[in-house]
Amino acid sequence: MIKLTHVDKQYKEHHALADVSVEFPEHQTTVILGPSGAGKSTLLRAINLLERPQQGQMTIGDLTVDFAHPLSNKEVLAVRRKTAMVFQSWNLFPHLTILKNITAGPIHVLKQDPAIAEKRALALLEQVGLAETAHRYPGQLSGGQQQRISICRALAMDPYYILFDEPTSALDPELEAQVLRVLQDLAKRQNSMIVVTHNMEFARRVADQIVFVEDGRVEFAGTSAAFFNRPTERIAAFLDAMKF
Amino acid sequence: MWEIIRTATPEIVWAGLKYTIPIAVISFAIGLVIAAITALVRTSTPRGNQVVKGLWYLGRAVFTFYVWLFRSTPLLVQLFIVFFGLPNLGIQFDAWTAGIITFSLNTGAYASETIRGAISSLPTSQWEAAYSLGMTYHQVLFLVIFPQALRVALPPLSNSFIGLVKDTSLASSITILEMFMVSQQIASHNYQPLLMYSIVAAVYAVFCTILTILQHALEKRMSRYVVAEGE
Repeated sequence: MIKLTHVDKQYKEHHALADVSVEFPEHQTTVILGPSGAGKSTLLRAINLLERPQQGQMTIGDLTVDFAHPLSNKEVLAVRRKTAMVFQSWNLFPHLTILKNITAGPIHVLKQDPAIAEKRALALLEQVGLAETAHRYPGQLSGGQQQRISICRALAMDPYYILFDEPTSALDPELEAQVLRVLQDLAKRQNSMIVVTHNMEFARRVADQIVFVEDGRVEFAGTSAAFFNRPTERIAAFLDAMKF
Repeated sequence: MWEIIRTATPEIVWAGLKYTIPIAVISFAIGLVIAAITALVRTSTPRGNQVVKGLWYLGRAVFTFYVWLFRSTPLLVQLFIVFFGLPNLGIQFDAWTAGIITFSLNTGAYASETIRGAISSLPTSQWEAAYSLGMTYHQVLFLVIFPQALRVALPPLSNSFIGLVKDTSLASSITILEMFMVSQQIASHNYQPLLMYSIVAAVYAVFCTILTILQHALEKRMSRYVVAEGE
């Protein structure tokens, strides 16, 4: 389980995360929703320490870190080795082939045998239907393909949780569907996932839990069914605003 | 005249292979290491307690001062200070060492700005993607950042290197027998300065042309992952 307790992050005037306490259960898909600028991405990025909160604790599996003091390198690496991140603009390494993009983490971080790492990478590529791209470079592929590869890169780390930061926001609709299908498939296999997205249909169909964030605060955390039942006026207004 | 060219040219080329090229290559290699360290100190932000941060800012000030100093004074003056000046403080180097030290520090100062620019030109998302995989700072640098920064930095670094090859002629002023000095000596015997200096100029040009060809080959190799413009 990932559990945040009284997590706080402030940039000068702006309260990016305000006393956030929330749990992300294992083997479930939690979707983080909220208006833009609400702190959804900040929350997600805090979990793998790309953002450093100034207050509060985070428990991730058997590990607890306290944000009140600067974290040691060891703590940071330990947290990051339990999570893997899929970014909005995929952020593949342009100078490495697809295969090397996927095996870099396993070989250099997990110290896997290169032959084993490659075999695993090829199997993952196969799963997302991109085996033939193994020896090409990211720049030669479409956004949808690159995003599916970045999901393989994350999976190759065997993370305890996979974090998705608006994974389809930079994609055309038909490419978005390809990527969402991969996510849905991962959710079905009970991976532990946290997904920041604007895609309400995805939230409705795939999420086990919804966390609704506004002004850096968690305004709602509960089952997907409860959320779409419009539990508060604010959530009802948000749901209506997302329709057109 | 042909006789003079035939006998003098090998002597000048030999001085080039023995001094000019080794001085340039060694100084550039050391300079690159200095440059990379300087660039990293000047681009990264410290994390940690007050003491670590304090030391970091102090270190950064030292590197900033170094870059300023070597970019703001002439190379010839730097050579004179290191070789003729420092002995007054009891610090004495032979000409060869003094040359290498000065050329390395000088190249390092310029190249550090090139590398700093190249590193800053990479999107932060590359650092983040690498860190998110659990890589250490060194792994991120050597697996992700340097290979990409080097591609960006290659043309300006090649410029610095070619500049350095020509600047080694200044080493003649601190008694190093590099090829310009050799051509001077021959000219003073045969009274053919135009011919001698033209020969040495041609040899420099040949060396630099070869380097330019190497640069293009290297650029091509390092850019193999870049998709053609407009795609």
